[in-house]
Amino acid sequence: MKDDKELQKKLHPAMLEGDHSFASVTDKISDVTLKKRTPFHWFIGFGLAFMVAQLLLFSVMWLLANGIGVWGNNQPVGWAFDIINFVWWIGIGHAGTLISAILLLLNQKWRTSINRFAEAMTLFAVACAAMFPLLHTGRPWLAAYWLFPYPNTMGIWPNFRSPLIWDVFAVSTYATVSALFWYVGLIPDLATLRDRAKNKYFKFVYAALSWGWRGSARHCHRYEITYLILAGLSTPLVLSVHSIVSFDFSVSQVPGWHATIFPPYFVAGAVFAGFAMVLILCIPLRKWYRMQDFITHQHLIYMAKVMLATGLIVVYGYAMEAFFGWYSASQYEVFMVKNRIWEGPYWWSYWMLIFCNGISIQFLWFKRFRESEFWLFVISVIVSVGMWLERFVIIVTSLHRDFLPSSWAMYSPRVWDWTMFIGTIGFFFTLIYLFVRFVPIISIFEVRTLLPEANVHGHQQDFEENVNEVEYTYDRTDPPND
Amino acid sequence: MESKLHGIMAEFDTPSDLVDAARKVRDAGYTKTDAFSPFPLHEIDEALGIKRSILPYLIFCGGITGLLSGIGLQYFVHVFDWPIIVGGRPHFSLPAFIPPAYELTILFSAFVAVFGMLFLNGLPAPYHPVFNVPRFALATREKFFLIIESKDEKYEYAETRSFMESLAPQEVFDVEE
Repeated sequence: MKDDKELQKKLHPAMLEGDHSFASVTDKISDVTLKKRTPFHWFIGFGLAFMVAQLLLFSVMWLLANGIGVWGNNQPVGWAFDIINFVWWIGIGHAGTLISAILLLLNQKWRTSINRFAEAMTLFAVACAAMFPLLHTGRPWLAAYWLFPYPNTMGIWPNFRSPLIWDVFAVSTYATVSALFWYVGLIPDLATLRDRAKNKYFKFVYAALSWGWRGSARHCHRYEITYLILAGLSTPLVLSVHSIVSFDFSVSQVPGWHATIFPPYFVAGAVFAGFAMVLILCIPLRKWYRMQDFITHQHLIYMAKVMLATGLIVVYGYAMEAFFGWYSASQYEVFMVKNRIWEGPYWWSYWMLIFCNGISIQFLWFKRFRESEFWLFVISVIVSVGMWLERFVIIVTSLHRDFLPSSWAMYSPRVWDWTMFIGTIGFFFTLIYLFVRFVPIISIFEVRTLLPEANVHGHQQDFEENVNEVEYTYDRTDPPND
Repeated sequence: MESKLHGIMAEFDTPSDLVDAARKVRDAGYTKTDAFSPFPLHEIDEALGIKRSILPYLIFCGGITGLLSGIGLQYFVHVFDWPIIVGGRPHFSLPAFIPPAYELTILFSAFVAVFGMLFLNGLPAPYHPVFNVPRFALATREKFFLIIESKDEKYEYAETRSFMESLAPQEVFDVEE
C-alpha cells in the first residue's frame, strides 16, 4: 500500500508546493499586483525594455519616411528579415496556445499555473509578428485594401488563392481568439482583484474589466462550457496558423521551400521555440516573485521534456528536407541541399542552426541539465537563437541562388534590419513587464482548484474509501472534476 | 422590509458543505436559487439542478455561419463580382478557399462562445444585490455562498430563513435589493 502511494506520487507529482489554502493562494498571487511595492528590478527591467522599444519606434519612422530601401532586401532575396522575424515571433506565440488549449484538453494539470503568462506571451509575440507583414509593404496605410476584403472605391479585391491572404486570415483570427481566450480566463481573477483592491480607482478599473463577475454557479456553468469549447477551437486553430505560415513557402516553387513536410515541421518548430521562450520568462519570474510554490521544479522539467520532444521532431524535419532534396533527383533541389549545407557561402548558418537546435537540446536527456535552472535557461536561449537561424537558413539560402545563375546575389542585413528586430524584442519585454505589474501572472481561480480541499467530499483523495458514498446520480455528459 | 429583500444568503466554509446544502435546497423545492464559489464547481450543477446551457448549439450555429460567410465571400469576389483567372485555376477554386473559410469558422464560433456566454449570463452587470452583503467580497477569495431569491414561489421570509439556518451555515444574511 505504501509502495502504491509512492508510485502514485512519482507518477503524479504535486503541482503545488507548500502549505496553502484558498485564501493564501489568492493573497500570494494577487498581492504581487495589488499590495507589494513595485520591486526595484521591475523598474530596471522595464526601463531597459522600454528604451529598446524606442529603437523600434525610430526604425519604423525611418522606414516609413524612406521606404523599404533602407533594408538589405534585394533581388533575388526579396523576403528577408521581415519574414524571418514574422515567422520567428508567430512561432513563439504557439506555446502559449498549446499550454492553454491542448494541455487543457489533455487534462494536464501542470498547465494551470503557467497558462496565464504563456497566453500573455502569445498575445505579445503575435503583436510583434503582425508588425512585419504590415511594415514590409512600406505603406501600411494602403495595406488595408491589399490585405482585407472590404468593398473599396477602386473595386479591388484580394486574391483568395494566395497563401499570403490565408496568412492574413490565420494571423488575425489567431490574435483575436487568443485575446478572447486570455480575457475569458482573466475574468474571475479580475473579480478577485476588484474585491481585494483598496485603492478606489483600481477597484473601479478592475470592476469594469471583470464585467460584474460574481462567481455564480449558473454563470460558472456557461463559463466552463465556453472555456472548454474555446480550447477545442484553439487547438485546430493553432495547428492551422503555422501550417498556413508554412504555405507561404511550400506553395511556391522555390527549391528548399516546395516541400510537403513544411506544415508539421513548422508547427513542431513553433512549439519548440515557444517553450524555449516560456522557460526564458518563467525561470526568472518565479524567482523574482517567489512563485516557486506554484511554478514548481516539476513544471520546468515538464517544459524541458516538451522542448526536447518537439526539438527532435524539428531535427527529423532537417533530415527529411535533405533527404527530399536528394530523393527528388531534381538538379535544382540537389543543388539547393548542397549549397545550403556545405558548398554555399551561407554554410555557417546551417551548421550554427544544427548546433543550436540539434546538439544543444541533447543535453536535456540528462537529469543534471534538465533539473538545473541555469542550464535550462542557457539551452532555451540557444534554442531561441537556433529557431531564428532556422528561418534565416530557409529563406536566405533558398532565395540567394535560385534557378538562374545570372540573378544570384548575396544578402546581408543593414542596420535598420537589426534595429527593427531588436526593437520588437524591446517592445515584447515592455509588454511583458506591464503585464506582470497589472495582471495576476498566475491564474488564481484555477490554482484554487488544485488544492485538496477544492474537491467536494474529497473524492479525489480517498477515492477508494469514498467511492461507495459518492452518489453518481448524475448522468450528464460533463467532464469529471479531475 | 420583507418585500424589499432580494433574497436570503448563507455562507459556507467548504465546497462540500455548499454542495450538501444546495442539494437540500433543491430537494425542498426552491428553484430561484444560486450558489457562489471562488472557482467553478462541477458538482453544484447537479446539486442545484442547473439545466445544461444551450450555448454549445449557439456556438455551432456561429461556426456554420462563419463557414458559409467564408465560402460566400470568396464566391462573391472571385465568381460573381470580379471573375478573373489567376494561375489557370477555375473561378471557384474550392481547395484554395478552404483556409480563409476555416479560419472564419473558428473566429465566428469563438465570438459566439465568448459573447454568447456573457449575454446569457447577463453580464456586464455593474450592479447586483448580492454585493450588498459585505462578506460577499470573500466569494472571490475563499468562501462559498448560497442564495434563495425572494422571487421564488416557495419563498416566505420567516420560513425560508429558518430553513437556511437549518443547513448549518456559518452565517445567514438578508440580501437587500
